[in-house]
Amino acid sequence: MGSATETFYDVIRRQGITRRSFVKFCNLTAASLGLGPLAATEMAHALETKPRIPVIWMHGLECTCCSESFIRSAHPLAKDVILSMISLDYDDTIMAAAGHQADAILQETREKYKGGYILAVEGNPPLNEDGMYCIDGGRPFVEKLREMAADAMAVIAWGACASWGCVQAAKPNPTQAVPIDKVIRDKPIIKVPGCPPIAEVMTGVITYILTFGKMPELDRQGRPKMFYSQRIHDKCYRRPHFDAGQFVESWDDESARKGYCLYKVGCKGPTTYNACSTVRWNGGVSFPIQSGHGCIGCSEEGFWDKGSFYDRLTTIRQFGVEATADQIGLLAAGAVIGGVAVHTAATAVKRLTSKHDHHRRTEHHDQQ
Amino acid sequence: MARQARILTGVMDATDDVIVAGPSIYVYEAPVRLWHWGNALCITILAVTGYLIGSPPPTMPGEASANFLFGYIRFAHFAAGQVLAVAFLARILWAFWGNKYSRQIFYLPVWEKSWWRGVIREARWYLFLEKEPYKYIGHNPLAHTAMFAMFTLFNLGMIITGFALYSEGTGRDSWQAKVFGWVFDIWPNSQDVHTIHHLGMWVIVIFSIIHIYAAVREDIMSRQTMISTMISGERQFRDEREG
Repeated sequence: MGSATETFYDVIRRQGITRRSFVKFCNLTAASLGLGPLAATEMAHALETKPRIPVIWMHGLECTCCSESFIRSAHPLAKDVILSMISLDYDDTIMAAAGHQADAILQETREKYKGGYILAVEGNPPLNEDGMYCIDGGRPFVEKLREMAADAMAVIAWGACASWGCVQAAKPNPTQAVPIDKVIRDKPIIKVPGCPPIAEVMTGVITYILTFGKMPELDRQGRPKMFYSQRIHDKCYRRPHFDAGQFVESWDDESARKGYCLYKVGCKGPTTYNACSTVRWNGGVSFPIQSGHGCIGCSEEGFWDKGSFYDRLTTIRQFGVEATADQIGLLAAGAVIGGVAVHTAATAVKRLTSKHDHHRRTEHHDQQ
Repeated sequence: MARQARILTGVMDATDDVIVAGPSIYVYEAPVRLWHWGNALCITILAVTGYLIGSPPPTMPGEASANFLFGYIRFAHFAAGQVLAVAFLARILWAFWGNKYSRQIFYLPVWEKSWWRGVIREARWYLFLEKEPYKYIGHNPLAHTAMFAMFTLFNLGMIITGFALYSEGTGRDSWQAKVFGWVFDIWPNSQDVHTIHHLGMWVIVIFSIIHIYAAVREDIMSRQTMISTMISGERQFRDEREG
């Protein structure tokens, strides 16, 4: 457990890090957040004076890929975040304490830092059968989540699970898993979607809150604007091929070898808001499109239920049969053309067999 | 006006046939006609380019910098869409300015019994249950319903979803995102908005088939002019009987 009065600066000096390295870190982090040089000074000041923020990291229905991603952060390094910047008081996956000891920390944090800690949630609560599909420490996870959220300062929704529901909430969703904003309604929630989110995006969000003591600016969907305001497509290095009309048609064709746009083979880059094409993954090494595979849209709502990852047009299931908009449209247009043809024929037959037209002409003659 | 006065004595042929001019009325003023045909052109461009955006043409050979085919297709779509939207706004303004027939497509007089009777009568006419339809100066009630559904409700829906999708490219701080961004509160994943907008293309294709068929059929079968009315604005009636 970290003490509330110990600042980040105290901690790193105790670890033998020089002031020079500390300033360097501030500069690098400010740059990676896209902030100006003044922000680096501001950041240094904040880290020197502000107490470390206690963070409670809870796990619901999830696969721990968010944690796996988080620990691979390069700027800032995950160890700096966990050991120095924040006071990670509880994280059942990586903490030393276990059982009742671990559970006690939750209660202790709630009492000691009422309204002052950040609740980071990885995964989501299932609501079916009173939440029995996810039991944490002998109780339904949803109960613990509500309890810890009640006294939190802010809530971070890590990943697609906490933000949108992800695979456990995909149809037919037997456990009735829901994103955490369906359960926590009275606290500000920062959604950091992705399956998993990019490591630097995760640590970047934490660094921002710590530095400025406030939430980052969020978009309509509650995602930090600095990482989620543009689509993969907007900053994709293959974008020139898209505009030129140069597409990969199948996975083994010449276009694929040349690295053309993956739009036709179902890349979801044009509908996916994330920072993959700028920040990239594993310390900026690559990202899916760079590796030759289309984006699957993992940071978007319900991405498991939007048809194949490899189709451009979304499969629509509402009509009983599975079809794309074009298949439905063509069928309907064909039916209408058929109807029009039949109606034309019926009109012609009716006209030929009735005396309507003849009647009208004679009327004119009468008038003369 | 006395009937005799309208006998056009100059219009004769070798067989001495004489033509009687039917009564006519100026229905569609120039801005309405201009809007109709401009809209038709925009919708054609939008449907074709929209289809191609969903199913792009085969890959272009050569350097990326030497090609801009998909860019041009998208540009044509966005340009036609914005012209359509501005034309829609201008058309709304004209409803205040123009004659009473220019207001027809923006509301349905559901409170009028005679209008409902007209809807039923027209439906029966299309089901071959009536010998002849009534005469109408503006839209017949069935056509009126279709126009209201398509060019007030549906048109607005396509403009809203279209601008919302366009805002994805112009950015979160653009006016398009500020005005139309609420669409993504309803469908957070814009992939759904793409699908809905794409289905809309098929709705307009189907409407066009019915619209052209009905216009041609009415031009032949009804008691008034149809197609030429949308060209000259004049509606002529072929008989002078009541009802």
